[in-house]
Amino acid sequence: MLAFILKRLFYAIPTILILIVFSFLLMHSAPGGPFSSDRPLPPEVLANIEAKYHLNDPLIKQIWTYVTGVVTQFDFGPSFQYKDRTVNEIIGQGFPVTLTYGTISFLVAVFFGCALGITAALNQNSWLDYLAVGISIGAQVLPNFVMAPILVLVFTLWLGWLPGGGWNGGQWQYLIMPVIALSTSFMASIARIMRSSLLEVMHSNYIRTARAKGLTKREILFNHALKPALLPVISYLGPTFVIMITGSVVVDLYFTTGGIGQAFVNSALNRDYSVMMGITILIGCLTILFNLIVDVLYAWIDPKIKL
Amino acid sequence: MSLLEVKNLEVSFHTPDGNVGAVQDVSFSLEQGKTLAIVGESGSGKSQTAFSIMGLLAKNGTSKGSVKFDGTEILNVSEKELNTYRATQIGMIFQDPMTSLNPFVRVSDQMAEVLVRHKGMSKSDAIKDCIKMLDAVKIPDAKRRIRMYPHEFSGGMRQRVMIAMALLCHPRLIIADEPTTALDVTVQAQIMDLMGQLQSDFGMGIILITHDLGVVAGSCEDTLVLYGGRVMETGPTQQLFSEPTHPYTRGLLRAVPRLGTKHAQLATIPGNPPNMLQPPVGCAFSPRCDFATDRCKTFKPILTKFAQDRSRACHLQQEELV
Repeated sequence: MLAFILKRLFYAIPTILILIVFSFLLMHSAPGGPFSSDRPLPPEVLANIEAKYHLNDPLIKQIWTYVTGVVTQFDFGPSFQYKDRTVNEIIGQGFPVTLTYGTISFLVAVFFGCALGITAALNQNSWLDYLAVGISIGAQVLPNFVMAPILVLVFTLWLGWLPGGGWNGGQWQYLIMPVIALSTSFMASIARIMRSSLLEVMHSNYIRTARAKGLTKREILFNHALKPALLPVISYLGPTFVIMITGSVVVDLYFTTGGIGQAFVNSALNRDYSVMMGITILIGCLTILFNLIVDVLYAWIDPKIKL
Repeated sequence: MSLLEVKNLEVSFHTPDGNVGAVQDVSFSLEQGKTLAIVGESGSGKSQTAFSIMGLLAKNGTSKGSVKFDGTEILNVSEKELNTYRATQIGMIFQDPMTSLNPFVRVSDQMAEVLVRHKGMSKSDAIKDCIKMLDAVKIPDAKRRIRMYPHEFSGGMRQRVMIAMALLCHPRLIIADEPTTALDVTVQAQIMDLMGQLQSDFGMGIILITHDLGVVAGSCEDTLVLYGGRVMETGPTQQLFSEPTHPYTRGLLRAVPRLGTKHAQLATIPGNPPNMLQPPVGCAFSPRCDFATDRCKTFKPILTKFAQDRSRACHLQQEELV
């Protein structure tokens, strides 16, 4: 097991390097640059600025400078857009925000998603099943960019219960709406996967054996059905968790939470190369880490898998 | 009083294509300590008969008629009431030991939970009993192997685990649904020997569901032949095998390969089992029967007693079947 984890972490190094090179090249192949604007700068000024940020070096040299900076000093460079801030500062400020509301949204989505899915599967084709499926379809088809303004309209403008935006150190009043907006569609997907996987397990031969042993419904669910039924849910949860904790542009935009979701999109629009690279690498590392965690969980649940 | 008395059992399934009558008008009884074989080819309703006795039908299945265990009606009673019979009074061994044990749960947990639930034992006491039972079904090194997962056992060993699990509470009846079908021939013989020995040790009644006539001949007092969900013929195994009176039984027995016969080609029953969505109007076997008359094709024959302990469902007299 330990050897497996170490091996996977070792393989992560070339993966990240490939990720860096590809995103670097993709980014530079997009037209325009961080300092091009509607009102063009005099060419001499532009050349000076670009020289300062090493943008006139050959690409290969730029990549090399970037990678050595990242590896040796954990320095992701200065932002091209905000002259006084480094990428480390921007991520250091925004990531805790998205990590907080993302983790809470994740837990909410997992809890309600599993509960809905299990209820639906155990009462297949009854009104409970239809209700649970109805709720999850409703949650799935309502996109968060529609849900967010509706939430603000109802809870802030009409009822005046919750602040319409801001972060304020992550106080609970400021968390509720971002969490609802972010978690609903994921909850719906989890409910759907949980329902279909549990239904399949409940029809398997070993569940029939468990029934023939005179076990109660509860014992059958918890001792026999839940573990195998959770496998597909878990493989969905790995990447989902990464998506959720790296934030959502919709949530950051509507609730002005100041997370890296919005910073990421802005950096792409502004060609803020270094911020974009920084967040891309962060997402890449998290994805690799959580895929590894999913694999370890798989081996822990399914005794047939040996790591 | 019989240990198990099944009367006019009917099982049907509601499917999108219509109702399927999987079992129709099946009656039999079993005494304590005896063995009854239910024989038939795939789709003849033998497994569904067993599942309906245990209340294990799929959700779209319904059963009618009567199943009395030790004089008490157990057909269509509540799940809670059924659970007082399952495992403690009636144990079940399933067809496929590869999929009938939970691959995600240690054998020790799968076995011990039966004793914990029904006997209120502590987990550690239960495991001690389970090890004894694994010894009884001749699993070597049971003390160590009980901690393993099902995939770490061979097919034959898994079926022994299934048997041990079914016997834990010393039930008075064992329903074995094709216990040897998924196993190779030498292991089959070992498992049947084991069942016979356990039966004489524990004195339980056994219903053996199988399509393997060789297994039946060696181990069962009585035999019931099912076809298309109906009883074709029943009687003591010895008599039924030496003088089969139903064309289907005869066909089945002819289709058993024998060593040392001149016929190079194995006899078969031509055709396929009936489509139960549109069962034949008359005798279920009539489309494949060499002797079928117009009467066979329009009227269902009724199971009638024709000798001590023997019944058959055929319009034709035995003398006519030559």
